[in-house]
Amino acid sequence: MSPAFSEFVSTAHSPATDPHLHVWGWEIPVYLFLGGFTAGIMVLSGWALWKGRKNPRPHTTFALASSGLFLLGLATISLGMLALFLDLGHKAYVWRLYLTVEPWSPMSWGAWILLLVYPVLAAGVLLDPPKALLRYVPALRPVVGWMDGRPAVRHTVGFVSIVTGVALGIYTGILLSALGARPLWSSGLLGPLFLVSGLSTAAAFAHWASPEPEERVQLAWLDNLFLTIELGTIGLLLIGLLTSTEAHAEAARLLLGGPYTAVFWVGVVFMGILLPLVIQSLAVTHRIIHTPIAPILVMLGGLALRFVIVSAGQLSHWPRLS
Amino acid sequence: MARLGMVIDTRRCVGCMDCVVACKTENQTPDGMNRDWITYATKGRYPDLSMTIRSERCNHCDNPPCVTCCPTGASHVHEWGGVVLVTKGECIGCKACLASCPYDARYVHPEGYADKCTFCIHRVEKGQDPACVSVCPTHCMHFGDLDDPESEVSRLLAARKHHAVLPEAGTKPRIFYLE
Repeated sequence: MSPAFSEFVSTAHSPATDPHLHVWGWEIPVYLFLGGFTAGIMVLSGWALWKGRKNPRPHTTFALASSGLFLLGLATISLGMLALFLDLGHKAYVWRLYLTVEPWSPMSWGAWILLLVYPVLAAGVLLDPPKALLRYVPALRPVVGWMDGRPAVRHTVGFVSIVTGVALGIYTGILLSALGARPLWSSGLLGPLFLVSGLSTAAAFAHWASPEPEERVQLAWLDNLFLTIELGTIGLLLIGLLTSTEAHAEAARLLLGGPYTAVFWVGVVFMGILLPLVIQSLAVTHRIIHTPIAPILVMLGGLALRFVIVSAGQLSHWPRLS
Repeated sequence: MARLGMVIDTRRCVGCMDCVVACKTENQTPDGMNRDWITYATKGRYPDLSMTIRSERCNHCDNPPCVTCCPTGASHVHEWGGVVLVTKGECIGCKACLASCPYDARYVHPEGYADKCTFCIHRVEKGQDPACVSVCPTHCMHFGDLDDPESEVSRLLAARKHHAVLPEAGTKPRIFYLE
């Protein structure tokens, strides 16, 4: 008997033959990475502020988190929004985002969350402002003076920063998972995955940049925790896809033998999670010194994760032969 | 309120692409971008093969993911006929609707906004058929109100076995193919 034959031919234009029809290029993975990184910064710094209220040494527990990271967050979220803006096809109409609230559109939620992120980050900066800022903008001095010495303000800013950071981090994943036409993205786990990846990259950066040895050890432990959770979430994501419909299993196979296998397993899982996990475990047990290698790998791994998920997701489709 | 839809007889469609050319002419779609297209699906075991030819386009779904994911409300369901449309002056070109469509029915117009089949609403509002339907040489395409039991499309669906494309995606498409 001859083998079963199944062929599908379409005259529709497709990104496979017409690259100008692609949905999302480099801008969206970069935006999602920087958004997740900023979310991580907000949660870590917020936690430091919140904890600092009861701590007699607020400036020595996550010193970096309570001063410089908020400023960095302002820069990274702005760069992320620039990448998002560059992706827009109808740039002159971007203000339309803020004329409506679309309750079923994660992108609408994201636009409003991004608007909330700025004042929270700015409040974090004003709690412990750089001297240069007060020199160039003296009008801020009364605000800073009012905030200074009020533990309740630090506590509130810390709490709001945590909540906003979690919302921002989860949103970067839900943005994709709400698009059911791409089976690889059809999982609610993308929200927690991108959040924990953002926390991991922020902890890795703080681990690298912190001037205090005690804090570096704490952050390396914390980063190892986030990396372990990230690894587990990736495993659950793949199991969920493989045990779902054929379309979802086919999408998972893009990462399990398909065209994205090498970059996913080598770039994201091995170089971005397992290797830094080993290096940081050795560093926190004082077998090797702390180096920038592991934090850089974690950050590159986080960026690679967004590129792989965004790119492979666009390739995943419902089967059209029905 | 009308609920406009389309019924296409796959036994009559020969894949001549007149519908594609008519749409391109009527709607002046840019080079390299089409609002409708033809698919050929061949299945079976040689020599017992069967081919289905379908003229495809936006399915103007009853549950349109492109509308729910739109952050500005540019993608919307038209108040008359339930046709899914895009207001180009409200579209920011974020492409969420492109990613949300299981039929890949949308594209970004060179001017930057998302574009797609409109069921030729400008013709339908004048009582005419969409351009693709009006030019079909085999009369395989039928257009009308799915909620009107006396309409041609409703009678065809009641009388003939039919299917939609990717109903499992949960979008409730409104284009049906007679088998």
